[in-house]
Amino acid sequence: MAAIEQKGAAPSRPTGSPAGISGGLSMRTKRLLWVWGFLAVPILFYAIIRFYPTFQAFYLSLTNWDLVRPPKLVWFANYIKLFKDPQFWKVFRNTFTYLIIGTPISLLLAFVIAYFLDRVRFMHNFIRALYFLPFLTTAAAMAWVWRWFYQPPPIGIINSVLGMLGIPQQPFIGSTDQALYAIMVTAIWAGLGFQIIIFMAGLRAIPNTFYEAARIDGLGEWAILRKITLPLLKPTTVFLVVFSSIGFLRIFDQVYNMTTNDPGGPLGSTKPLVLMIYQTAFNSYAMGYAAAQTVVLFTILLIVSLLQLWILREKK
Amino acid sequence: MRKATLFAGLLAGFSTFAFNAAQAVEIEYWQYVYDTRVQAMDQLIAEFQKANPDITVKQVTFPYADYQTRVIAANLAGNAPDVMQLFYGWLDKFVAGGILQPLPTDAFPHDKIENDFFPIVTAMKRGDDYYGLPTAVRSLALFYNKKLFTEAGLDPNNPPQTLDEFVAAGQKIAKLDDAGNVTVAGSTMDMGGQDHQWWREVLIRQFGGEPYADGDTKVTYNSDAGLKALDFYTSLQLEKKIGKVGFMDEGQAAFRAGMAGMTIDGTFRLGSFKGIKDFEWGVTELPANAEGVRSNYASYFANGISAKTTGEELEASKKFLAYITSPAAMDIWLKTVGELPALRSAALTDANLKDPIYAPFLKGLEYSHTTLFKDEQGQRQNAMDMVNRVLLEGQSTKDSLAQAAEAEQEMIDAAQQ
Repeated sequence: MAAIEQKGAAPSRPTGSPAGISGGLSMRTKRLLWVWGFLAVPILFYAIIRFYPTFQAFYLSLTNWDLVRPPKLVWFANYIKLFKDPQFWKVFRNTFTYLIIGTPISLLLAFVIAYFLDRVRFMHNFIRALYFLPFLTTAAAMAWVWRWFYQPPPIGIINSVLGMLGIPQQPFIGSTDQALYAIMVTAIWAGLGFQIIIFMAGLRAIPNTFYEAARIDGLGEWAILRKITLPLLKPTTVFLVVFSSIGFLRIFDQVYNMTTNDPGGPLGSTKPLVLMIYQTAFNSYAMGYAAAQTVVLFTILLIVSLLQLWILREKK
Repeated sequence: MRKATLFAGLLAGFSTFAFNAAQAVEIEYWQYVYDTRVQAMDQLIAEFQKANPDITVKQVTFPYADYQTRVIAANLAGNAPDVMQLFYGWLDKFVAGGILQPLPTDAFPHDKIENDFFPIVTAMKRGDDYYGLPTAVRSLALFYNKKLFTEAGLDPNNPPQTLDEFVAAGQKIAKLDDAGNVTVAGSTMDMGGQDHQWWREVLIRQFGGEPYADGDTKVTYNSDAGLKALDFYTSLQLEKKIGKVGFMDEGQAAFRAGMAGMTIDGTFRLGSFKGIKDFEWGVTELPANAEGVRSNYASYFANGISAKTTGEELEASKKFLAYITSPAAMDIWLKTVGELPALRSAALTDANLKDPIYAPFLKGLEYSHTTLFKDEQGQRQNAMDMVNRVLLEGQSTKDSLAQAAEAEQEMIDAAQQ
């Protein structure tokens, strides 16, 4: 706002200081000043609301802040406590289970669906909308619907169907073995629509002439997929792998809403890192300890993202 | 002429302003959002302002999940409310953080507090000072479904009075399908609900033990009594099959849906159960053991005065706190919220003691205990995990109990640093 006024006012005040200074500068410098003048606003805004709190979190992770008393520097005590905490390692394992199993399955599914959906002309838009719908729905609402689906008899619909088919009923979110996977399924389902849309956009971006040339040369469908589609889809895949990995590493909504009676339970078997951070911060009010966990999550996210970008980089 | 009028008007304006400033005090009252509680407080404020026209009370509410954080943050920022509601279990934190001031003894003498209120109010005492007083208190009782009682051939006007009768009634009501799934529960099993309180303050005592010692800072339930209490609770599902953890998602949901014969819950559930249309339900005291020993768990939200409130606001806050902990206020609270009066004289009236719903809760208050939680959610989670290890992972009750006792002791020690 201030910048706009300044721009409007500048010509009418030729002796004013901004015009006076820039008067002696070259056109190029002036333009650069203008560009940076405008860019400064969002950069400053971003720095204040994003970077400052981030650095604050790094600092807090070295303190014992509990909200009520002023923070006292304890250096690495929080990190030492964290690495000795068996609950942290359990949560760490859970988080990586979500990531390592969830990401490949969701990407494979999304690709297969996108690949075939791309060829379907019949009700194409409708089917695509159906896949995309869960992505638009609030995660909390979906989690509650799934939570009721998964209930033990007599109210859980999945168990009712299993019962009709003569298959033994399953405890799903009530068991320590199945709960994590039961929740993972809902997270995969929720993210599928987005990944399909992106994959389809990627598929459409591959020029048709490549396929025509390949068919004239007599390549089979499988060879076309391997030699043309997949390599040319790489930028899309890289984006989705990174995006989906970050999503699974930060999973929270589904877990929290499906297990509100025993958050992250039973027996912590579904608890991801973000839920542990939430509980440490807002149930136990151990802000310093929670900040240390956040720094660890940040580091994991950074390493995983960089690693994926490096593995899937363009080989030149 | 016009100037003169303007001047006169200004003068009048200033003088009323000055008059108001000298007379009117505005204080802020904070509590969490819960419909009936907010309505009751609105009503109390209106009554209070009628009697004290020079004091205005502004009620501010926040969602429960944010409430503690808001109070703590406001206190840090110097915008703390003058009078605030707090759960008794948060007191250690609030006192340590310098959020509350001791109740001035001129307005709230100790002997009067100790004579007039139910004994559980001592949970608001630290050192020689009281830090808050409740308007209402909550206790537990056994809710039962009269329709299911009749269907099972039990007398709906004669609910179980002992643990053995409780188990027997539960077994008669419970229905299992061919695959062994519970289709109707005799009683709900929900450690995340009120069952952890039942186990901690009631069952352990009924089996001859004490859950804690030294002001609830030493865990003492890793004992014969603790083991018997845990065996009893887990056997309800494993052997007697009268219920199942997770049946219908939550215990209260199962009872509401008419799928459970009995459930243990608190006064705060009355409002929600009053909406049940499909069947009649009743309330009775928590079952006694074979020797007739009863126990109960009581809790409450108290009202305290901010450490930062001084001068006129402090005087007004004292008046307001005295009013909201008076019998008249408790009566309004009971009628609007359904929670029991915290003053004996207001609670133990003939009308209340004859009331079939309030009476069992009131009797429970007489012999109730109030756990001085150090980390309420952590300690609750610990009890849930203890039961889950037995029910889901097949750990022995002995090992699970020992593990729980050790973990809870660590939690208490950590919170006390």
